[in-house]
Amino acid sequence: MKELMVRAIYCEMLGYGVSFSYIHAIKLAQQGNVLEKRVGYLAVSLFLNEGHELLLLLVNTVLKDLQSTNLIEVCMALTVVSQMFPKDMIPAILPLVEEKLNHPKEIIRRKAVLALYKFYLIAPNQVQHIHNKFRKALCDKDPGVMSASLHIYLQLIQENPEGYKDLAPSFVTILKQVVGGKLPMDFNYHSVPAPWLQIHLLRILSLLGKNDQSTSEIMYEILDESLRRAEMNHNITYAILYECVKCIYTIHPKSDLLEKAAKCMGNFVLSPKINLKYLGLKALTYVVQQDPKLALQHQMTIIECLDHPDLIIKRETLELLFRITNDQNVTVIVEKMLDFLRISEDDHTTIDLVGKVAELAEKYAPDNEWFIDTMNTVFSLGGDLLQPDIPNSFLKLLSEGFDSVEEDKKLRLFAVNSYISLLQGDSSKLPQRFLQVICWVLGEYSHLREDLEPGVVVRLLAKLLDMKSSSSETKCWVLMAMTKLCPGGAALALVHDVSETYSSSLDTMLRQRAQELQILSQDSELQAKVLPRSASMEPVEVDSSLSFLDGFVSEALAAGAAPYKPPHQRQEELSRSKALNLEPYGLSLPISISSCSITDRQSPTLLSISSGLSGDSTDFSHKGSSTALKLDGVKRLWGRDGYLAQKEQTEEAPRIEAASPVRSADQLGDNNASNSQTPNPTPSPECDQEKQQLASSLFVGLASQSSVCLMGKSDPTSQRFRRKTKASGSAEQITDPLVSPSDGSDNLLYKSLLDSPDLDVSPPEQTAGLVAPNGSCDAEEEPADADVKEIETPPVRDERVTAEASPHDDPDGSKDPSLASHLPAELSALSHSKVTLLFSKQNLDVSACHVQKEDSVVLVVFISNCSDSFLQQIRLQVDSEELEVSCVSDCPSEELKSHSVAVCQYFLTVKRPSVHFDLSATVSWQPPAGLPLTTQFSYRLPLATFVRALKLSTEEYGAMWLAFSHDTKQNLTLIHDGWDPLAATLDVLKRKLQLHVVEIIGVEAIVACCLQQDQPCLMHCRMHAGMLAVWLRSPVPDLPDCLLYCCQRALQEL
Amino acid sequence: MIKFVLMVNQQGQTRLSKYYEPVELSKRAALEAVAVRCCLSRGKHQCSFVEYKDFKLVYRQYAALYVVVGVSDSENELSIYELIQNFVEVLDKYFSRVVSSSVLKIFRWLQDISNCLFLSVRRVNWMYPL
Repeated sequence: MKELMVRAIYCEMLGYGVSFSYIHAIKLAQQGNVLEKRVGYLAVSLFLNEGHELLLLLVNTVLKDLQSTNLIEVCMALTVVSQMFPKDMIPAILPLVEEKLNHPKEIIRRKAVLALYKFYLIAPNQVQHIHNKFRKALCDKDPGVMSASLHIYLQLIQENPEGYKDLAPSFVTILKQVVGGKLPMDFNYHSVPAPWLQIHLLRILSLLGKNDQSTSEIMYEILDESLRRAEMNHNITYAILYECVKCIYTIHPKSDLLEKAAKCMGNFVLSPKINLKYLGLKALTYVVQQDPKLALQHQMTIIECLDHPDLIIKRETLELLFRITNDQNVTVIVEKMLDFLRISEDDHTTIDLVGKVAELAEKYAPDNEWFIDTMNTVFSLGGDLLQPDIPNSFLKLLSEGFDSVEEDKKLRLFAVNSYISLLQGDSSKLPQRFLQVICWVLGEYSHLREDLEPGVVVRLLAKLLDMKSSSSETKCWVLMAMTKLCPGGAALALVHDVSETYSSSLDTMLRQRAQELQILSQDSELQAKVLPRSASMEPVEVDSSLSFLDGFVSEALAAGAAPYKPPHQRQEELSRSKALNLEPYGLSLPISISSCSITDRQSPTLLSISSGLSGDSTDFSHKGSSTALKLDGVKRLWGRDGYLAQKEQTEEAPRIEAASPVRSADQLGDNNASNSQTPNPTPSPECDQEKQQLASSLFVGLASQSSVCLMGKSDPTSQRFRRKTKASGSAEQITDPLVSPSDGSDNLLYKSLLDSPDLDVSPPEQTAGLVAPNGSCDAEEEPADADVKEIETPPVRDERVTAEASPHDDPDGSKDPSLASHLPAELSALSHSKVTLLFSKQNLDVSACHVQKEDSVVLVVFISNCSDSFLQQIRLQVDSEELEVSCVSDCPSEELKSHSVAVCQYFLTVKRPSVHFDLSATVSWQPPAGLPLTTQFSYRLPLATFVRALKLSTEEYGAMWLAFSHDTKQNLTLIHDGWDPLAATLDVLKRKLQLHVVEIIGVEAIVACCLQQDQPCLMHCRMHAGMLAVWLRSPVPDLPDCLLYCCQRALQEL
Repeated sequence: MIKFVLMVNQQGQTRLSKYYEPVELSKRAALEAVAVRCCLSRGKHQCSFVEYKDFKLVYRQYAALYVVVGVSDSENELSIYELIQNFVEVLDKYFSRVVSSSVLKIFRWLQDISNCLFLSVRRVNWMYPL
């Protein structure tokens, strides 16, 4: 049986199904002796997959073997569990596996950890209670067990880096031990200690250190050490180095480490070993996203890689170039990409690259002709593999146009000209998608060319109809174009012929188009009404709520039809009435109703309007949908940048000249570096010159960025250059945080802002801007309306100032740095709102601020005694209707010494969402002489304080969207100052309310956030007629309304 | 993440295959054929990493035997490249010389080893448990 099973495995591996033997494999695992069991388990793990029904039969066997005293049997059982196990049966064996974590044998412990890892992957919530056991496994004395637990941690940290920051020192220590060679010799590979373990640890560290300065600081030393240790010439050390470099560029930057990492990468790309070169390019691609200037240092190498015979290297280089494209080098880079496309055979690569070229062309095109030419090449090369959104966005761009009418016209005219000449040539080889684009453009815009007879165009189009290769979809496009053209009256006979032929076509779409053509070409009055010539310039009003069908709906309702229910509601009902119901559900709804309101309640991922060929469009909606492109504002990336480039053309020349010394300097540096490290392959002089020319055109944009700081210096030695770019980089970071706010630097700035009183007096708008990304802006921008109730005597400020010893005290008493220093240590690192003086009475000052933690909000109240005597029996009570207040630390003592401050912390969670949360508090105390006093005050927090970004993927978003029941819709004003109103508006919302933008799809965007304790709210935005139509959904009743209000406020305040 | 490991001979016949993510039986043959063709067609001076669809292939040649590993895009290719070397070294140590023809003989053991090793201790040295 054992032998037979092995043969069955072999057969299965060769691709012959042996499902008949599956059951025997299970039997063998159940009944055989140890050796047979082994084969049985092996066969099971190879044959079955997670969902297989036979797997249930195995559960009992596993259970039995786990309890066995035979080590080998336990081992086998754990192995099979760590590969596959039915999700529902996990609770049955979980306690047993958990128990094995304490097994004396390390191999069992290790396998148990791996089994738990598997459980975590398939059902994370089932192993939630044993997270601290993972920690124990991490500290296991056996390195094998420890490394197995790293799998779990990598996964956990990927999902929630914040929760495991405290482990960072442990990981660093482990790495230190590994690098230091403290592991048993068995773990060495080619005398490198446990290289894969190191790589694993480095990955974990880079996840932990991302955007976190304090955590990153722990790592610097060990990273430096790893870089130093890994200087052996072996592939595996290079693999470690690569991981190090990636880590260094991910975590909070440190300049000398960056320098070392850059040097490392230099060695990689210059290496004659091809695998290393590949890795170097990959690292460089990753790094240039952080610091594009690094590419400059290696420009000659990159150029060489572009001409490399190996396609893979070429492809990787293009990927790198794609990242450094700007409006000056775009032509060269796109040309290179297109060259590659022409020789590439792989479909996947083609699709990917075509998408990238189209993106670059739209973003950075220098002029019309180039843009149209490039897109033509893209269409003809991409063929029918093209993603449909590329032609769509191209057409959108054409129809939308951009700022000046004149430019639009030129662009369109150019497109028409180029397409006419294309059609006049051999058009049979053009891909269908391209033909469709051509048809649309000719139909819409061929009238722009005055000397062109519409008849000529119609004849050209008719030629397409006769081609065998044209698909019926293309023919539809052709007919539509003809419909638009025929009012010119030209070639009526031909049109007639065509429409006759196709009006009896078997394809309904084709027939419909032909009918339209026929009728419209005969009735010129109707034609003028349906397809006004000028309409292509103006957006057609489409009633998206389909109100013209309201009458029909009410009639249908009156006639007894069921009211329309949104899909998610229907699904809920379906799942509720799960009892046997054999009738098809959909049929009870009148079709017309469901189709008419579908636009109203569709899931947002489906909302984007596809261009004109929907199957059931009626006569009128045909026109509507073919121009539907114009309804939505498009990202005007292309138009704007194209313009800029044109206007700057005059300036460009001197700039390039200015940049040239930089480049030569850099080449100098490049050569220096390469001479010292590896012999540089020296190409022949004329070839070299050619390459340098290419380099200058490729890196022109990057060079000009750094040339600014170099212009004054006439001594461009390589060393200086390098330092200069670094300096300029960091200077940019400091002076320009508003433009490119990186979280890390903001943190830093914010801290220094708090610490030094000098910075406190910096202009207020800058402060606000700096602080904003940290989410603590609300106190500054929207003053936490702290008002004092029932104060018998007005606040005595003079007294306070004299009583306070602090020299930095602001005269208006609104800010008090000395109080901020009383913040508890664990909170002081976090951003906190302005400390507000709530009231001051009889030598007692009460101030408060709130601190935003990652997952909660803490209210901190400072009670300071300004008198020279003791205050006794101080009590503070905080209450709120909408918030749940729990005390973290109360007043430390009931009595307060003179000139001292008591700090109370309260933990706030939301009970019920509201636009503002009012806290009312009562403080009572007893002065040394006199009666006890009581005063009430209130403190107000905006909703934004509690809102946190919710990181989701689009799929998760889609699933959640349907599940939520409470929703609100409204139009908000767009911010029009930027290049892209949608992005600008979202940016504001993101900054002010900490929303997370999940994805932007054309004119739509999906955004997610949550109230601190996992009360999500999803938002769907769409640009429509100059407004932003937002639609919020949440499982919490009032949350959408409140959040909407906050968004409104945030946008109005701007 | 490692997605699969293949061992093929120079004629493109599969000698060993091990999938760490479920792939349908019918798709395996097609995938193997394409992947192997990708690798076999490449010369010595070309780079050992190939992009294929949305993942990468890392391959290494031992005389007539090719070992091909499919990994996700974010994986460190060079470390996988060395992992293959490590795997083969382990096999060498265990079964003395490993060549294309002997793979068949030790097939069952290979499956078992790859089963335990690639999955469980994907990164630590495999010598240790042996």
